[in-house]
Amino acid sequence: MDVLRILPQQLVFGLALGTVYGLIALGYTMVYGILFMINFAHGDVFMIGSYLGWGVLAALINAHVGLHPGWVVPLLLLVAMTGSGLLGAGLERFAYRPLYARGATRLGPLISAVGASIFLQNAVMLTQGARMKVYMTNLLFPRTWRVQVAGVNISVLVVVMMGVALLMMLGLHLLVQRTTLGRSIRAVAEDREMAAIMGVNVRRIIAITFFLGSALGGAAGVLVGLYYTQIDFFMGYSAGLKAFTAAVLGGIGNIRGAMLGGLVLGIVESLAVTFVNPAFKDVIAFLILILTLVFRPTGLLGESLPDWEKV
Amino acid sequence: MLRLSDVVTHYGSLRALKGVSLEVHQGEIVCLLGGNASGKSTTMKTILGMVHPSAGRVEFEGERIDHLPTEEVVRRGISLVPEARRIFGRMTVWENLLMGSLVRRGAPAADVAQDLERAYALFPRLRERAQQLGGTLSGGEQQMLAIARALMARPRLLLMDEPSMGLAPALVDQVFDIIQTINGQGTTILVVEQNAAVALGIARRGYVLQNGRIVIHDTAETLLRADHIRRAYLGEN
Amino acid sequence: MASPAARRLAITLGVAAAVLVAPLVAPSDYVVGVLTRICLYATLALGLNIVVGFAGLLDLGYVAFFGIGSYLYAFLASPQFGVHAPFLVALPIIIAVTALSGILIGAPTLRLRGDYLAIVTLGFGEITYLLLINLDRPPLNITGGPNGIIAIDAPAFAGFVLSRNSHYYYMFLVTLLLVLVASARLRDSRIGWAWQAIREDELAARAMGINTTVAKLQAFAIGAAFAGIGGCFLASWQRSVFPDNFLFTESVNILAMVILGGMGSLVGVLLGATLLVALPEIFRDFQVYRMLVFGLLLMVLMIFRPHGFLTPRSRRPEEPVAQGALEEEAEAPLASRPS
Repeated sequence: MDVLRILPQQLVFGLALGTVYGLIALGYTMVYGILFMINFAHGDVFMIGSYLGWGVLAALINAHVGLHPGWVVPLLLLVAMTGSGLLGAGLERFAYRPLYARGATRLGPLISAVGASIFLQNAVMLTQGARMKVYMTNLLFPRTWRVQVAGVNISVLVVVMMGVALLMMLGLHLLVQRTTLGRSIRAVAEDREMAAIMGVNVRRIIAITFFLGSALGGAAGVLVGLYYTQIDFFMGYSAGLKAFTAAVLGGIGNIRGAMLGGLVLGIVESLAVTFVNPAFKDVIAFLILILTLVFRPTGLLGESLPDWEKV
Repeated sequence: MLRLSDVVTHYGSLRALKGVSLEVHQGEIVCLLGGNASGKSTTMKTILGMVHPSAGRVEFEGERIDHLPTEEVVRRGISLVPEARRIFGRMTVWENLLMGSLVRRGAPAADVAQDLERAYALFPRLRERAQQLGGTLSGGEQQMLAIARALMARPRLLLMDEPSMGLAPALVDQVFDIIQTINGQGTTILVVEQNAAVALGIARRGYVLQNGRIVIHDTAETLLRADHIRRAYLGEN
Repeated sequence: MASPAARRLAITLGVAAAVLVAPLVAPSDYVVGVLTRICLYATLALGLNIVVGFAGLLDLGYVAFFGIGSYLYAFLASPQFGVHAPFLVALPIIIAVTALSGILIGAPTLRLRGDYLAIVTLGFGEITYLLLINLDRPPLNITGGPNGIIAIDAPAFAGFVLSRNSHYYYMFLVTLLLVLVASARLRDSRIGWAWQAIREDELAARAMGINTTVAKLQAFAIGAAFAGIGGCFLASWQRSVFPDNFLFTESVNILAMVILGGMGSLVGVLLGATLLVALPEIFRDFQVYRMLVFGLLLMVLMIFRPHGFLTPRSRRPEEPVAQGALEEEAEAPLASRPS
């Protein structure tokens, strides 16, 4: 049967997609873990990372430089991550900090984030045009460049995608678990006041967290751009919502949860598309979100919270 | 070493401290006593910069600290063992201790290792549980961890907020023994307590706080012996 | 001169008079059209005001009810299914169905915290849009897909068929007034107090014996019903409906009207709706920057005037006293702030 034959292919693709969702989801979960706030504009930070990568790639192509993915991809990632990271930190500083600093209602930062999201989308649309941009991925990864993994024939690009995503997640995990900075971040996430009493510069830690989460989103932007080749100013919206779903599914605030949620969502979505009309693929993500929040709000890996903390 | 002069602190429109003055000299143990809502916690918070006084001064080793952010105050050598311990439950004992030494960022690794050793020597139980998550420790162990963590910063002044709270009497004695030991090793200590008897047992001087004002200040001995004072101002104790 | 009360009365009468004769003195039919749109959006904003402003539930998917109402009218009064119900028969049906959908969509959100509620309702809004744009596959073309439904009947009352903008203007105006009065009554009623209590502190409200579940569902239902009315009106005026009428940005648009006017304030909401419909028309040449400015506006509003431009000083909450390095932040969700 046709379906069975493409199933392994779909699974692999679902995994790849899932790692990317996970990368974006990390941004949501980190910010939420530290501020209890949903950074609605995170999806657009991802989008801008994608555009930054495109810009660099286009410039390189125009410069007729000899391209090899070995150095081009890291360069794209570096630029996108730095740009997105700074953007995210900037958002925190100017659009969110004045709000939660004042003890304003929780809706304040969320509405501001919605505003930021709309602003960013339109800023990109106005400066880059409403038509999509194209990543000339085939100049880096020729379509014929494939490998056999576990009996499945997949493109090297997908392998690279997953590899990069997994590496970054590992890097983040090590940073958070093993370094002083990571401990400070965990301390602030657990008990902000106590962390300050320990001498942690809470403001700086929050800014760094935003930077890191946004940088990861930017990296995901490059990966998505390379794979799908077409990017537009609106892509942050749906990718953002899906990544958010992944974060919630895994247990918001939980880094491993974000990674797991991403993988699960990627696979489910990829499988569902095989069996159901692709147009409804977005509906699936939303349904998962709603079902999770209604039936298991702490997510798959979330800790059981005391009643008054339940989502 | 520490001096509060006529400190007035507000929470919104509520005046929690109405002109508090106290002093802690180097090497002493001083205790601050009072019932619920007397302003003890507010005093701690004011010293630490978690709230800023609307009037009055807080001076530490000659410098004014009353408008500094908490991170700054802590960096100058004041550590807090907070009420209800508040250790990081999601970190291991070892990580909690490391957090304590954060303020000594520039210190060589050898020093930190030495501080860890000292902490384990003082609290052998912690060494056993070094890789366990803080949240899995018992109340008494958490209290020890909280104290050890505060000591990792090699503070010149240690603030302790109700160390006896929620602990069985035997543990309370143990904890206060340790407080004396720490003081003996050279740390100045300001203890805030509701349990007047045990606090006065180790302190040199005591202040009694009521409704945001210091109402009595005397040597610990005098306070301990003056039954009527204890009954009038310190409630059940 | 005259007392403040007399002055207020004069202003009210003046505004009333202006509003009544507007179509007759308006410079062009285009302007009448804009005025009509203002009435329509004011109705929608008042509906959202009940959910967000009164009850404090941030519904980011409000456009769903707007869309449902619109498409329902299209189903009931167009060639799509060959049904041509009279307006006054369709309207109550639409109100009932949208109110029900409000309950259905609100029900899963009852236990959720503010921002999660927002995202879930957003999700419902998106699902609705996706359904509207995709339910046109064989064998059953329900919604007409991206091409929507056209040739919708105009409303007819006792033989008089609405045809000119001014006709619609008066119809919308009358409805707006009814909705306005209803909002005011609701606000001052027992349920209005319940909503306000929930908005301020849900846990405390429950402790006071308020059935927050029922109250919240009522807010959703009534808000949805108002949106359904608006949707019905849009369909009957535009004589067509398209999925792109009901994008997420429309939810944000209506939300901005409520925020701009100061959540909860009825006059404020009316002014917000007027501004946000009129200004883009006035600055038509800068149409392309509209959303950009809009996004900026939301951010700026939240930072500088989170309670809208028009909330009277007495209703603005006290600015918290500066507390030093650590800002007080309410981290607990629905629960009240730990004292």
